[in-house]
Amino acid sequence: MVHFDHVTKRYGSLTVLDGLDLRIAPNEKVAIIGPSGSGKTTVLRALMTLDRIDDGVIWVDGEPLTHMRRGDGLVRADGKHLRRMRSKIGMVFQHFNLFPHMTALKNCMEALVRVLGLPVEEARQRAGELLAMVGLADKQDEYPARLSGGQQQRVAIARALALRPKIMLFDEVTSALDPELCAEVLGVIRELGRAHQLTMLMVTHQMGFAREFADRVCFFDSGRIAEQGPAREFFDAPRGERTQRFLRAVMDAG
Amino acid sequence: MNALSHPHWRLLVAALACFAAAFALASATGLARSVPELLRGIGVTATVMFGGSAVAIVVAPVAALCKLYGGSAIRWLAIGYIETFRGTSALVQLFWLFFVLPHFGITLEPLTVAIAALGLNIGAYGAEVVRGAVLAVPRGQWEAASALNMTQSQTLRRVVLPQAWVLMIPAWGNLLIELLKATSLVSLITLADLTFKAQQINQNTLQTVEVFSIVLLVYLGLSLLITLGMRQLERRASFGLARGPGT
Ligand SMILES: Nc1ncnc2c1ncn2[C@@H]1O[C@H](COP(=O)(O)OP(=O)(O)OP(=O)(O)O)[C@@H](O)[C@H]1O
Ligand SMILES: [Mg+2]
Repeated sequence: MVHFDHVTKRYGSLTVLDGLDLRIAPNEKVAIIGPSGSGKTTVLRALMTLDRIDDGVIWVDGEPLTHMRRGDGLVRADGKHLRRMRSKIGMVFQHFNLFPHMTALKNCMEALVRVLGLPVEEARQRAGELLAMVGLADKQDEYPARLSGGQQQRVAIARALALRPKIMLFDEVTSALDPELCAEVLGVIRELGRAHQLTMLMVTHQMGFAREFADRVCFFDSGRIAEQGPAREFFDAPRGERTQRFLRAVMDAG
Repeated sequence: MNALSHPHWRLLVAALACFAAAFALASATGLARSVPELLRGIGVTATVMFGGSAVAIVVAPVAALCKLYGGSAIRWLAIGYIETFRGTSALVQLFWLFFVLPHFGITLEPLTVAIAALGLNIGAYGAEVVRGAVLAVPRGQWEAASALNMTQSQTLRRVVLPQAWVLMIPAWGNLLIELLKATSLVSLITLADLTFKAQQINQNTLQTVEVFSIVLLVYLGLSLLITLGMRQLERRASFGLARGPGT
């Protein structure tokens, strides 16, 4: 479904992704963990096409994400290609990034009307269903500023789902939340994974959730995958010394 | 709660008090005969004010967006406009359009010149206000819109500008008051605005203290009305209560 093929991303002299190879199967749930600055967010942003990659190719559904085939080679994709590829992917951000001047419902309707061109009534209905799915049917006319952090993040999830992506990206979606609000958001994600055919890629510091929810865990260190494996195996018997140290530090902190 | 205790109402009351005081002063000091003249002057001042505001409000976002997102030629054009009109005085701009353009075969009505020059002058400052406000909208808003597959222009129109608009209302209040004050310059290109009328009446009656006190009150009243209008806009535009984290 997704294949990072030797992807490199640099900021000036800093190499943030260092020839990353990562394959994700359809419907797979992958948790990305690792120390701060190891490139976790960068992976998601590259896949969402928010950041350009400097080298390598990202394949989505068998097609290059930010390149197009031209003859035998690949060239940088045009806007049309990017828009088509992007429509397969949705992203939820750490700080929600809801549109503050729109109600919860309008937040979810915006792309349906502007991007898909749905009639307003149909968009309203679909947005309403999504909000109901994340348990916010009664909050659809509230502005984000009047919602709790957990509610805002659930709106953001509903908004990202509106375009029916096949791949969902979650970047530390609970890091800005109090523990009790955290649980409601994780609950929504869990339900999503159960009820829908979605490939999910999530950066998280919630080791308990990763262990129980993810099929696979990737431990990032300095822009590479230092260790990966099936979630239970990974947490129960981490092999690398670096991984063990990281997990110990996280357990101590939590 | 007493309706008059709302701050917006106090502005309206203060503005009306200014006009009433000006009128009372005129009546009490034998200047009543000059009131129609003054009103005509206020009419000209208001016309330049509204016309200039309209020009500024149209020109400023266009110049700002050209400077932010235009190709290099368009960007330099916008920068040229902004720097020229910010870097020279409004009076020189008025004179230039009024006295110099005819040398190039373009003769404009004084009122047109007044509205264009002052509108472009305030528009240049306004362009920087708009630009600052657009840049002040968090990057996360662009990214969220991009993740929803919205185009750049959709993002600008639907997401960024509505938020930037709220941020720039107070600054626009200041600019429009600057514009009001600058309208007094138009008397120098033969327009009979409030200041011009005041000078005329002063020459005829020699009641300097009274005449210029009246004019001062009228200008103050007008600027209070502008402030009132902007407060009203601000209140209508501010959505929800506080702004949430990262939004
Ligand atoms: N726009 C940028 N300009 C320069 N450097 C950047 C930029 N964005 C990220 N970086 C750098 O890239 C590296 C990886 O960043 P990234 O955000 O992917 O880390 P992360 O693993 O998500 O960390 P965290 O757990 O703190 O979120 C960091 O060293 C960061 O400083
Ligand atoms: Mg991060």
